[in-house]
Order: sequence, then C-alpha cells, then structure tokens
Amino acid sequence: MNATEITDQIRNSANTLNIEKWDYGASFTNDYSVQVDRGNAKQLKASQKQVITLRVWNRNNLVGITTTSDVSEKGIKKALEQAYIASEFGNKNEFTDFSPLAKDPIQAKEVDKKNPLGIKKLLNILREAESKLIESHEAIKSVPYNGLSESFYERIYANSAGAFRNHSKSQAALYLYARAEEKDKKPRSAGSVKLGYGVEDIDIESCIKDASNKTIAHLDYSSIKTNKYLICLSPEAFLTMINAFSSIFNARSIIDGVSLSNKNSIGDLISIPALNIYDDGLNDKNISSAPFDGEGTPTKKLSIINKGILKNFIHSESTAKIFNTTPTGHAGLGSKVSVSPDWLVIERSNECSELNSSLDHKNYEGEFVYIEELNAIHAGVKASQGSFSLPFDGWLYKNGKKCSIESATVAGDIKYLLKNIINIENKEELTTSGISPHVWINELSITGDE
Amino acid sequence: MVSSSIKSSEIRFGECNKQLLEEIIFYGLSLGADFIELFIENSDNSSVLAEEDFITSVSPSFGKGAGIRIFKDKRDGFVSTNDLSKHGLMRSVSQAIEMLDISQKSSNSIFNGLKKLKNYSERKIDWINEVPTINEVSEKLLLSTKSLKKNKKVVVRKGSYSRNWQEVIIASSDGTYATDIRLHQTVGLNIIANDAQYRSNGSRRFGSHGIPNEFRLWDHEKAAYEVYESSMNMLYADYVQAGQMPVVLANKFGGVIFHEACGHLLETTQIERGTTPFSDKLNEKIAHESVTAIDEGLSEGSFGSLSVDDEGMEPEKSILIKDGILKKFISDRAGELRTGHKRTGSGRRQNYSFAAASRMRNTYIAKGKYSKDELISSISDGLYCKSMGGGSVGATGQFNFAVEEGYLIKNGKLTKPVKGATLIGDAKEVMPKISMCGNDLELAPGFCGSVSGSVNVTVGQPHIKVESITVGGR
Repeated sequence: MNATEITDQIRNSANTLNIEKWDYGASFTNDYSVQVDRGNAKQLKASQKQVITLRVWNRNNLVGITTTSDVSEKGIKKALEQAYIASEFGNKNEFTDFSPLAKDPIQAKEVDKKNPLGIKKLLNILREAESKLIESHEAIKSVPYNGLSESFYERIYANSAGAFRNHSKSQAALYLYARAEEKDKKPRSAGSVKLGYGVEDIDIESCIKDASNKTIAHLDYSSIKTNKYLICLSPEAFLTMINAFSSIFNARSIIDGVSLSNKNSIGDLISIPALNIYDDGLNDKNISSAPFDGEGTPTKKLSIINKGILKNFIHSESTAKIFNTTPTGHAGLGSKVSVSPDWLVIERSNECSELNSSLDHKNYEGEFVYIEELNAIHAGVKASQGSFSLPFDGWLYKNGKKCSIESATVAGDIKYLLKNIINIENKEELTTSGISPHVWINELSITGDE
Repeated sequence: MVSSSIKSSEIRFGECNKQLLEEIIFYGLSLGADFIELFIENSDNSSVLAEEDFITSVSPSFGKGAGIRIFKDKRDGFVSTNDLSKHGLMRSVSQAIEMLDISQKSSNSIFNGLKKLKNYSERKIDWINEVPTINEVSEKLLLSTKSLKKNKKVVVRKGSYSRNWQEVIIASSDGTYATDIRLHQTVGLNIIANDAQYRSNGSRRFGSHGIPNEFRLWDHEKAAYEVYESSMNMLYADYVQAGQMPVVLANKFGGVIFHEACGHLLETTQIERGTTPFSDKLNEKIAHESVTAIDEGLSEGSFGSLSVDDEGMEPEKSILIKDGILKKFISDRAGELRTGHKRTGSGRRQNYSFAAASRMRNTYIAKGKYSKDELISSISDGLYCKSMGGGSVGATGQFNFAVEEGYLIKNGKLTKPVKGATLIGDAKEVMPKISMCGNDLELAPGFCGSVSGSVNVTVGQPHIKVESITVGGR
C-alpha cells in the first residue's frame, strides 16, 4: 500500500468503528547493509520494515495510541480498536490535539533520491575500504567494527482533519573502527563515520584516512595525572555535551521536572555572551533532515541561545499549548509525545571580545587536554542534576607536543562549563550531529591512572 | 494446537505451518544454501506510565515478522520482513541467496524435513490472558508513586510497567522445529529529590520472565521505600575525590560490571571480531581464584531465562570461569561455525529483525564465603558502591560505570555518601583483583544492548571486593 491507500484504509476503518478523530505517523524502510572481516563477507543484511503509530481521540477528548507493524486491513482495524481502549486511560491533565501547523507548507530539500547499489557493490566497496585501512599502517591489524549501509524510506503523517504529508529519501552510512596493536602495548582503537544521501556521496577515502590517522595517533599513549586541566573540546565533543544536556531547552523535560530550567528561564543568561546555538534541522549539510516532525509540524531553524541568553524552548503541540506558544517541529510520536533537538549549529556570537583568541588547538603551546570524543553518554550524564563524568578519547598537549591519553574521564557541571568557556575558535566544522567550532573551557577535572 | 492437516499459503500462529516451512527451506537449499533458518515472531506488548498521581500513558503495540538467515560456507546473509505470506518468505530467501552471491545452485546439505515439533508454548497459551489488566496495572502503579510521596523534597515520582509477550516459530534445515511463548514483565520506579541547590535521583527496576502473576505480587511499598531512601541518602552527598582505591561492589545489580566488562568478552562474537583478550586463554587463569562465574538460561522466573534459544536450542548452564580459570565461551550457531566453540543455547535476538548472536542470559559470579561486613572491614580507605548505574565497554576492553549510590569506607566502616563516582578499568586487569566474594548472591534484571539488539538478561553477584580500581570523580 502507498501513503494515500494507507490513509484511506485508516479513514475507512475509523469510520466503521465510529472513531471521528485520529492521526497517524508511519515509516516504511528498506535497508541494506554489509559487514566484512579481513576481506570476507561477515554479515549481509536486508530488511523491509513498516511501522504505523496511530492515535485516536475518544468522546472525552482523551488520546490513546497503538503501534503496529501489521498494516493489513485487519491489523489497522485492530490498532484503532486498541488505541481506542487505551484512550480510556488518556492523560486527563494534558490535553493533546493536532498540531495547528500540521497543514502549513513545508520546506522539503530538493535532494535526488539515490538508487540502491545492491549488496554486491556495497560489499566490494567495504572490502576495499577495509583493506586500505589495514594497509595504511602496520600496527592496524583489523577493523573489528565496520559497516556500509543504504536506506530508502518514506515517512508519512496524516490526520482526520485532512492534514497529509509524506517525505521519502535515501541515506547511506559508512563506519570504520580500526584496532591497532604494538608489542608490549595495549591495543588502541578509533574510527570514523561518514554519511551521504547515497553511497556515491560518501567520501570513502576520507573516512579511511580519518580512521587510520586517529587510530595511529593514539598508539603512543601514556597515563595522565588526576588533576584539573585547561580543556579544548572538539566540535564533536562539544555537540555531544550540548545534546546530552538538551533538557535545558526542552519544554517536555521542564514540564516533567527533569530539566535544570523552568518555565520562566527564557531570557536567562546561561552561558558566556559569546555563544550562539541554533537548532537547524533543515540545514543543507544535515543529511538526516526531515521537513516535518512526528505531529506534522514543519521543521524550522530556531534560535536556542543567543549571545548567551536562552531564547527559545523546543516544543511539541501539547508543550507549546502549556507555554502559550506554537509548536517548533521537535515532536516524536510515541506513547507520550517526546521532544528532542534535530541538528545543532553552534557559533561564536559577535559579543566575543572577552574570549582568549590565543587559544587555538593547532598552535597553542601551553598545557591542555584535547577531548576528541566523549563516550558512554547514557551512563555518565545526569541531565537532571547537570553533572557529568565521562570517559573520553583525547590527548595531553604540552610544550607543543601531544601524547594520547591512555584512559581517563572528565567530570564537571554543565552550568559551570557554559559559563567558563574561554574561547570559541573561529572555524566551524561539520560533524554527523551538527556544526560547531572547537570550544575551550577554563578548567575541568580529569581522572587518570596516575 | 498444532494440526498437520492445515495447509496455508501464509504463516499462521497457533496452527501447523510445517509444510509451508519445509517448502521454504527446500527452496533455499535448492538455490545453493548450506543452511537455512527461519525465525517467525508474533508480538503483543503494552506499557503504562504513571507520573505523580496520574496515568499519563498507556501504549499497546503488536506486530509480526520473519527473520531468514542463510549460511554458505562461513558466510551468512540475513533478511527480515513483515510479509509472512509464502510469496513474501520465498522472496526473502531469494534475496538472501542473491546477497551471498551463490552461483552454484546445489547444496551439500541433506534436508530430511522438519523433526517433530518441540512445542515449548503448550503450557504458556494462557499467559497472555493471565497478566494483569491495564486497570490493575494502573491502580498499582499509582499506589507505588503515592508511596514515593514521603516529603516535599520529592519533586518527581514515576512508575512504569511494560509487558512483552512474544510467540515464536523456529525452523531450520537441520530439522529444528520449535515454537515458544515468552512473557517478560518489568516495573520501574524513579524519583528526583530537590532541596535548594541539591538534587538527587533514585531508581530501581524489577522484572520477571514467565510469571503472569508476578506484578500482582510485587511489593510496591518496599520498592518505593528503597528508591526513596537511596535518593535521600544521596541528596546532600559531596562529590567523590578521584583516585585509585579498593572498592566493595554490592550484590544484585553490582553484577553489571562483570556482565559488561568480562561477560561480553566471553561471547564468541568477540572472538570472531578479535576484540577479546581472552580468545586464547581457555583453561588459563584469567581471574582471581576466588572467582567462579556462570551464565545460564534455566533459573525459573529469572529475566534472562528461556525454554529454548532463538536458534531452537535448549539453554544450558555454562560455567564460564571456575576458580579463576576460563572454562567456556558463550556460543551461538555462527560462533560454533566460525570459532569452533560449541553452542550453549545462547543464540538470542531482540526480535525478527536481528540475526541471532551469542548473548548472555542469567550471568553471575558465584557466592563465596565472606559476609558483607568482612569485606568492608578489610578496607581502611575505599569506596562502597551500593547501587550501580549504567556503563560501557570500549573496543579494547576498557570499561567505565557510574556509581549511583556510593559511600566512603574509612577504617573498615561505612561513612558519608558520595556522588559522581565512576569506576574505570579493563577486564583483564580487574578480574585478578576480585579478591573476596561474599556469601549473599542475588540477581537483578536488566536489558543488554549489543549486536542482536536489546535482550532481557539477569546480572548478579554476591558482594565482592576489588583490591584496587580507578575511581573517577572531581
């Protein structure tokens, strides 16, 4: 069934069941992926997946929801019936409605959908990439984590008031995670991920080079003394940190009491004035962009922090209603509508006179810790308390020389971090999760093996 | 339930599919496959969320799908689909064959048809009707969040319940033919306490497998008290000072460290990848002689237990480490094929969209001879980790785990609570440092995410003492 047929099917079944108000989100995905192991195909995978999430409103305007992978007539009818039963238990304190923007025009990026290359070609490309990565340095013995995938999917949102949106696209991903070993030393590993609309868009050579350079750079390692250090966060690491604490600007988290902000926090100075943060899901560089969210609200660019001041929260329909504003296009249709950022863009504002511009990760000769990548975010971040304690991959720079850090964690507090940024470098870099420059923090605690 | 007279061009749960399954298997072998396995699933899940004194979400979900895996030599191709018609399944088989680039349309395998059905679901048919209704669940969850409301410092109270019911059919070209029903129920409590600039969290999860009545018997007041007490103890805690120190890890969920840091390294998937330091250490000492570690799928009601694994093999009890000596790896079909380690009934997957892989089930360190007090009194300056949070293990075996509830040990006594602690190390170095095991083994349910998705597991241990480990802090 195509999007129109499914919508008609739901409408007909809803009529039969006397359900007047409903909406649904659906995704239909075809995925192809390969993994290799020292030249041999390891696992080849293909999947066809369909998921529909249906919401219905009962006569008391309470909402029930059901998710199913059964899109047959029978399956859809069962899903509507179950959602109706669930609506008896709908949240009486927070009335959900259709997004008022669900029929507004959307800005879909004009991107050609790519044709599938097929498993055989994917396999050959990945074999060659693995081989090149292993050959790039004698210490690289294997690429234990690797994969090349292409996905083709369609997303749909429609409701009983006549809103109807669909969007289809293709996406490809390559990841190479190498492992290097030298005699009498611990194995070291690092990797690289590249995305594209199709495999032909992926810069495979650059992925190999990045994975190789990163892995080799960590071969000469030593432990670090536990202490407080001047810190430079890579663009990836700073974006990881901001995403991990996105509850600060998430209206759902505020309502649920798990945010450091409250309803009156708009207008508060929460970082140094030199920091701007936008959420820009439609950014040209965002491969994963979607023109509308789970409730059909158009995606848009939103200022989150401007010159250090919290400007906007991200919203779903129901949180926007509570805050007396409009939805921002950040809703995910689920048992409880979730809210999450799309794609963050971080930049230096024009109020940057107090920054220490001499801090440049390529030239600074004083001692500092460069944090390339933060790990174990799910375990080491307490977003509701504002604290973090995270393992990282990085280097200790001293007198212009760098040495990989064997094993360490960085700990601190997000409020402290945002107020103790001492430089935001000029050059913004593109990552898979957004755009950011390198960001310097005055002092954070590092725990090492010494 | 099963009648061999029923013929259908679509998989039907609760009916006989033998002829159709055999036809599909024959089809795969005729195209040149060495081995073909079908995993077909019907699921019916629901979840309920209570926040403060209200039910804020009730969410049912259901679905069907099939995962088809084909082996040729040591390679495998996996296709998943929601189309359970004969045409859909055969198309998936063709796709897997094409992916493997099998040009020789003959197979060395001899398929003598499926064996007699092993019907593990027979006694479980009524489970789905015996689980608590949404009304019952809602009422009890609201009682539990009410029990958390002990003073004004408690600012967030949540209770959540989820029930996952899964009916599976497993058939493969070695004749394996089995059906099973699995029922997992979990309930979790979360709290946030706040006083001026101080904030703390508390959480606990409880879970069972195969006991429809379990949630009705759950002692919500005891659970709420545990969560509340933990949160209050940590509310005014100072940050721990980083450094190397001896630690005592509590029983139950303390076992998550063994699971993550060592257990995963004993799965054959890690041998295949070359990412375990233990691959050539069978029958060698890898841990302190006080350590015996077990992985099994048999404990009745435990969250990681199963009647049959997702490849049709009954689970066994595997002694992984005996008195510090590595005795066995956790293996699935692909693991046996590629590494030579015999299958242990550990081929597991989240659902039909994942190929099975060697995964842990109920994994724990066996009990020793010491009391908890003996462990703590043996330390003059260290840390007691009463409750562990999540953690991760890197590709080179380094792990880190957050300590949710920790207390300093001074001169053999527990003193003040501390927060912000992280345990850092690597399995190869830490396993020999587990010098004392307590006599109070207890298990705890959890979810483990890995190559074949998120599966239900049990972790466990008695109280254990680690002689020295890096504690991250401020």
